[in-house]
Amino acid sequence: MILVWLIVILMAGGLLAWLSKKVSPELPRWVALGAILLDLILIVYLWISTEATTGSAWLIRYDIPWIPQWGVSFSLALDGLSLLMLLLTFFLGLLSVLISWKEIKTKVGFFHFNLLWVLAGIAGVFLTMDLFLFYFFWEVMLIPMYFLIGVWGHENRTYAAFKFFLFTQASGLLMLLAILGLYFIHGSEAGNYTFNYFELLNTPLTTDAARLLMFGFLAAFLVKLPVVPFHSWLPDAHSQAPTAGSVILAGLLLKTGAYGLLRFVVPLFPTAAVEFAPWAMLLGVIGILYGAIVAYSQTDLKRLVAYTSVSHMGFVILGVFAFNEWALQGVVMQMIAHGLSTGALFILAGFLYERLHTRDLAQMGGFWSKAPRMGVVALVFVMATLGLPGLGNFIAEFLTLVGSWQANNWLTVFATIGIVMATAYSLRIMQKVFYEPGPQQETFRDLNFREMLIAVPMVLGLLWLGLYPQPIIDMARPSITEQLQAYNMKEPTIAEPKTAVLQPEPEATINTNQLAINQRAFSNLQIIQSPN
Amino acid sequence: MSQTDFLYLMPLLILTFAVLISMLVIAAWRNHKIIYVITALSFIAAFGSLFELRTTTAYVIEPMFVIDGFGVFYIGMILLTSLLVSMLSYAYFEQREERKEEYYLLLVLATLGACVLVISTHFASLFLGLEILSISLYALIPYLRTRPRSDEAGIKYLILAAFSSAFMLFGMALVYFSTGTMVFSGLAQSIAGMQELPLLLLTGIGMILIGVGFKLGIVPFHMWTPDVYEGAPAPVTAFIATVSKGGVLGLLIRFFMEIDGFRYPVLVTILTIVAIASMFAGNLLALMQKNVKRILAYSSISHLGYILVAFMAGNQMGVEAITFYLVAYFITSVGAFGVVAMLSDKNSDAELLEDYKGLLWRRPWTAAVFSAMLLSLAGIPLTAGFVGKFYIIAAGINDQLWLLVVMLVLNSVIGLYYYIKIIAVMFQQPETEREPTIRLRPSIYVASAGTLAVLALLLVYVGVYPTGLVQLIQNVLVSVPEIVAK
Repeated sequence: MILVWLIVILMAGGLLAWLSKKVSPELPRWVALGAILLDLILIVYLWISTEATTGSAWLIRYDIPWIPQWGVSFSLALDGLSLLMLLLTFFLGLLSVLISWKEIKTKVGFFHFNLLWVLAGIAGVFLTMDLFLFYFFWEVMLIPMYFLIGVWGHENRTYAAFKFFLFTQASGLLMLLAILGLYFIHGSEAGNYTFNYFELLNTPLTTDAARLLMFGFLAAFLVKLPVVPFHSWLPDAHSQAPTAGSVILAGLLLKTGAYGLLRFVVPLFPTAAVEFAPWAMLLGVIGILYGAIVAYSQTDLKRLVAYTSVSHMGFVILGVFAFNEWALQGVVMQMIAHGLSTGALFILAGFLYERLHTRDLAQMGGFWSKAPRMGVVALVFVMATLGLPGLGNFIAEFLTLVGSWQANNWLTVFATIGIVMATAYSLRIMQKVFYEPGPQQETFRDLNFREMLIAVPMVLGLLWLGLYPQPIIDMARPSITEQLQAYNMKEPTIAEPKTAVLQPEPEATINTNQLAINQRAFSNLQIIQSPN
Repeated sequence: MSQTDFLYLMPLLILTFAVLISMLVIAAWRNHKIIYVITALSFIAAFGSLFELRTTTAYVIEPMFVIDGFGVFYIGMILLTSLLVSMLSYAYFEQREERKEEYYLLLVLATLGACVLVISTHFASLFLGLEILSISLYALIPYLRTRPRSDEAGIKYLILAAFSSAFMLFGMALVYFSTGTMVFSGLAQSIAGMQELPLLLLTGIGMILIGVGFKLGIVPFHMWTPDVYEGAPAPVTAFIATVSKGGVLGLLIRFFMEIDGFRYPVLVTILTIVAIASMFAGNLLALMQKNVKRILAYSSISHLGYILVAFMAGNQMGVEAITFYLVAYFITSVGAFGVVAMLSDKNSDAELLEDYKGLLWRRPWTAAVFSAMLLSLAGIPLTAGFVGKFYIIAAGINDQLWLLVVMLVLNSVIGLYYYIKIIAVMFQQPETEREPTIRLRPSIYVASAGTLAVLALLLVYVGVYPTGLVQLIQNVLVSVPEIVAK
């Protein structure tokens, strides 16, 4: 039931925020802040209280029938992966409200309604274990996002909002077809028609069917992630959205794509995914390099950051399709670290826009001496983006590369080149904005208290991820092994990649560990059903 | 006819009496409010009488009618929609100069025609229903005669509808010539053994389909739709979009299920082409429009195309999907045209996209309702339209109509563009402050605003919790052997 509350609080908070505008123009902000804070507290409480029950992948489940005629149930479940994603969601959600405090001045009530409903949709996506409900939430998060971009965005907002909406909606409909295909195939094979994830997991599929269905799912996730060549909506949407919108887009919406790959594509279509893996990894590497090169040549700060997302998300798909625990741990870390570091860079861009009313890098420069606090904070964010050891992204990229090396050597080599490029474009931000002499600004104030309140948790979060990532890794492990179950069972086919010469020694021990954990996880799979 | 026959025909009789009473009252004393109340009450009474007819078995009135769950459900749907349309009409006509009272009379008559259609099992009753509906519409469409485009719309509809009726009659004659019967079941029996339809019979059925296709406004018989939608008063447009099409669709389902037309590849091919062409023509033509009523007209063409996808499934799930979709579509269409009617002023309907600019900031609630209706038409979750579209896609995939389903998905994306365009216009900041329009007394708006609120709530309710409606539809279809057998 607590899982339902997580979503209901956001939705009700959204409505309340909209209505409370009548009372006072400032009230919606407080309502939104309160609702998200409540959710954050709930999820932190869940995190602390569930540490005792390690070993089982699924921490809480909640199931009630919704449309029994079609086998649709309102089914939510929480495992380590969802928990981490929810933590990220509410953390960034909280910051989004804070950064909008001064930026958003029109239609405050409606803005916070949309903000909270996007978060509700995202939370739903991370929690649901019913494919119908998954599609439902997948779409629920689109409309408010469309409004966030289209109403409060920058000069070219209508175009950007349209493009975002059409891309994601079109790909989402393909996923709907795949979901229905899976539903009917499972129904005719097993005799019970259901959208339940756990029951659909072991649907026997013919090779062709598996391939087609997988491409349906992939369409939605690869567009959302985004993977080159489906990325063209992203720079527009990111650069036109208001700061809070950009943070949510980069920090959370892209992660739903990655989450979908992990949660659905990998376990549902083991054979087809293995077939497709080399191509997916290739796409990932192309994304890493292409995103980095294009990012380097941008003059619009937000566009630049947007392209760095394309580059960083390349690591995600590279890692997912390596199918081993190292890589998947890296992917999970990357999702969180990228959410923080890119969100932070967008917030930085928001700070600058608030002061200068431009996103053009040529109009900036020389702020290091004028705004030392902003400079230091920015330095941490930029260093995180380029993957400096000690900050979150380093751990993520390192783990991903170690994992993908075992699957494909050459592609990993090229991916590593991407990190070098990341250094180039990241340092360019620092150089252009803070060091180089730029046009003289009359007044340029440093970060104030509210802005420090936003920036400091980001810095601390990145440092924590970089210095002591163990809690995250422990948290994610049971669910990662669960996702990889189908692969471990037929280990020989995967463990003999074409370049098997360089198989490192520790792999074997990890796999035995994994198997042991798997069996434990499987036998312990406990279903905690809420009393009502 | 026995006494029970009358009992079973009670909804139709109530409507007939309502027309007579209204006519007498008008003759004695013209008063908008009284006629409006009589109309609303008669719809409610007719709807109430349906509760007596909730049987699990079909009741046949030889040879014209059959009153079964399917028919009762469709009559109920039609009556409720007409009631909502009449509620929306009150404020709309109150601000107009013309004589208002006859409008309600025609509205009730047209509803009667649609009700007759969905329970008829004989060509005679079919034609009777169709003509009652059409002839009322001839007068309803150009009801506001002084408007610039109303004559064009009225004459266009008159000529084309008469033409299509002629086709239909000729088709019936050919079918009668080939089979010697005018009853659907008789026709079904005489073609039961045939592997392929003889040419004459095929021509006959084809001509009947032309008549039906015209009423539904599907490609290639869709030419009248945008002009008529644009020229007719907004509540009448709502009526054409919902009751008129719903009634004919109910008839089509009954007819086709009875004769099991899905056995014949030639009919299936024709309908598949029609469905795909309707989806594309409707959506593509809507993209360039600047007039909201025309956009909705083209969108209705494509929506009928979507419905045909489920129709092609030709089984119980398909009929369930159509019925569900129709409920969602009725709610949405009445809501959308209701907003148009509500925003219309004395001289013209609010039909240009310009009229909607910045609506969200001027009239937030109206804009919110309109947005919800448009999102439902686009098939976005939390609305009834989403579940409806989902049902149709599911029915299509269940029957492995991959081509049609993929086309439907493709068209959903195209359609999204123009629905979102209207919403985007509503969200734009108005550059100049418009001078506030003079409003009528607020009490008049209560009916319209209340209706729209009810529709919006229904939309969300069906979208979030469709179980009840699905259960209801499955229950009523049980009493129709032709559908369950498939």
